[in-house]
Amino acid sequence: MTSREIVLETKDVTMRFGGLTAVHKFSIQVQKGRIVGLIGPNGAGKTTCFNMITGFYEPTEGSIHFMGEDITGWPPHKICKAGIARTFQNIRLFAGGTVLQNVMVGAHLRQKTTWWHAMLSLPSFFKEEKEIREKSYELLDAVGLAHLASEEAQGLPYGAQRRLEIARALATEPRFLLLDEPAAGMNPHETQELMDFIKQIKEKFDLTILLIEHDMKVVMGICEHIWVLDYGVTIAEGDPEKIQGDPKVIEAYLGEEYLQNA
Amino acid sequence: MEDKRKRNLILNGLLVGAFALFLFWAQVNLDGYKIQIMNLIAVNIILALSLNLIYGFAGMFSLGHAGFMAIGAYTCALLIMPPLQKQALFILEPAMWPFSVMHAPFLVAVILAGLMAALAGILIGLPVLRLGGDYLGIATLGFAEIIRVLANNLPRMTNGALGFKGIPDYANIWWNYGWCFITLVIVVRLVNSNYGNALKAIRDDEVAARAMGINTFRYRLTAFAIGSFFAGVGGALLGSLLTTIDPKMFLFLLTFNVLMIVVAGGLGSITGTIIAGVIITVLLEWLRIVENPITIGEFYIPGIPGMRMVVFSLALLFIILFRRQGIMGRKEITWDTVFALFRKRGVEK
Ligand SMILES: Nc1ncnc2c1ncn2[C@@H]1O[C@H](COP(=O)(O)OP(=O)(O)OP(=O)(O)O)[C@@H](O)[C@H]1O
Ligand SMILES: [Mg+2]
Repeated sequence: MTSREIVLETKDVTMRFGGLTAVHKFSIQVQKGRIVGLIGPNGAGKTTCFNMITGFYEPTEGSIHFMGEDITGWPPHKICKAGIARTFQNIRLFAGGTVLQNVMVGAHLRQKTTWWHAMLSLPSFFKEEKEIREKSYELLDAVGLAHLASEEAQGLPYGAQRRLEIARALATEPRFLLLDEPAAGMNPHETQELMDFIKQIKEKFDLTILLIEHDMKVVMGICEHIWVLDYGVTIAEGDPEKIQGDPKVIEAYLGEEYLQNA
Repeated sequence: MEDKRKRNLILNGLLVGAFALFLFWAQVNLDGYKIQIMNLIAVNIILALSLNLIYGFAGMFSLGHAGFMAIGAYTCALLIMPPLQKQALFILEPAMWPFSVMHAPFLVAVILAGLMAALAGILIGLPVLRLGGDYLGIATLGFAEIIRVLANNLPRMTNGALGFKGIPDYANIWWNYGWCFITLVIVVRLVNSNYGNALKAIRDDEVAARAMGINTFRYRLTAFAIGSFFAGVGGALLGSLLTTIDPKMFLFLLTFNVLMIVVAGGLGSITGTIIAGVIITVLLEWLRIVENPITIGEFYIPGIPGMRMVVFSLALLFIILFRRQGIMGRKEITWDTVFALFRKRGVEK
């Protein structure tokens, strides 16, 4: 694999909750334009890694660099502004809003007019509001949800909610996208669609993507590089073939499930 | 889309025009008591809209309205009373400079009243909202109480327990409804803008909002300050409308009244707030009857002061038990829903 510019780098990142070490010395380098994966059994510490990268948890030790800048300890909103967006394992949409409003909230970050422009009804406010609306609509179109724009977000089917969450993350104009189990709860057909979709948005929005996924078909199908966590420790890393052949990984994670399916 | 906006703009203009004509008519034809109730309706709608912005749309449970109103009312009164009047009024201790000499036109006084309340909002919000907003209810309750105690104990500024009497009664129907209109336009603009979407997002899911790049602390603080501003404006108008203020006026009961309007109308519904503002203001006046002695045939029921608040507390309890979302929930009456209603009727015929 030719080496490219490093977008995200974590150095010996450790997260302890009281006596529990959820993540131990997590060190990864993610190259620009790649789709890479983070896998591991339940409770291995994958989501905790996401929470540290996106600023929801401050690492107990170690540092996180994004585009060469040290973002360790930054608050989530600042990290998002710097260009890292995420989705959640348990979908977190804004239940009180429509599908379109959910995406518009994502786009709000890049909006220049704010409350006092709105209060004074300035022309610049109406102009930008219209642009945001159109941009959000285009994003919904890109994820195939435009026809549901004015529906309540809460009422969407599961797969559509996942797509909406991705569209909302894209609205923040990220350079790096974190997807926490995007295929969870999807049937094989939807999963196949999702894989194509992820590849598509990567190209279209010029993204680098790190995803957590339990579905091995997805991980092996689209990830160019994979890290494997077990009890917070990185037990393996490499391309899909290497991971599939790694005895430690087979024992810790792929184990029964993989052998059964094979 | 554009056509609809134009249509709504025209219809809104017509509605405002018709309402202005109604106010003209009312001014000539209605007696002082009814006019007073109309004034109270306007002030209560201002107060309830500001609380709905804070609580209903931004999801911050605040119990400090009486405090912000007190700040607004005292600021405004001190500014619109002429220095000579203040000299005569402060009998406990003479008024302190600059309160003794400051003087401003009504419009300026009301704006400054709002700004002082907003400043107070920022001062409490800064430490409390950093904690995420869970403690706002208790903190604002304490704040309002502190303001009241201060009003009692700073005689050179507030004339102590005696308060102010004979505040110039500038707050006529035009001022009150003018401010009510401004508040309405500003709150509607805010909550319908993408800024408002962000506020509602924070209310619905703070974690997701932060992940979307929203600085939730700053957004909450701003919304809280804007809400406090209009609470101050409402207090200023109320002081001038009643022409007297004193610390006893700003008990928790005042906050409770506003809260009741917001909850009854629907948290997060502006039209709901307006409807409930009208109904509850009228009912509050009307229920004064139950506090007066009544004679039914041979029976004499002595008046029980505070009775109407008992009735209202029970009413609020019923709302919470049986229709928690209030009259409107989070829905709004818009021109679209109005037309849809007519269309349905048309089809039925
Ligand atoms: N805020 C927290 N406080 C205490 N413990 C936590 C916290 N967050 C996570 N943990 C613990 O850290 C460990 C790793 O959790 P994490 O959610 O990162 O696992 P995961 O790999 O995402 O698992 P899953 O596949 O089930 O999503 C678990 O033991 C969990 O209980
Ligand atoms: Mg997880």
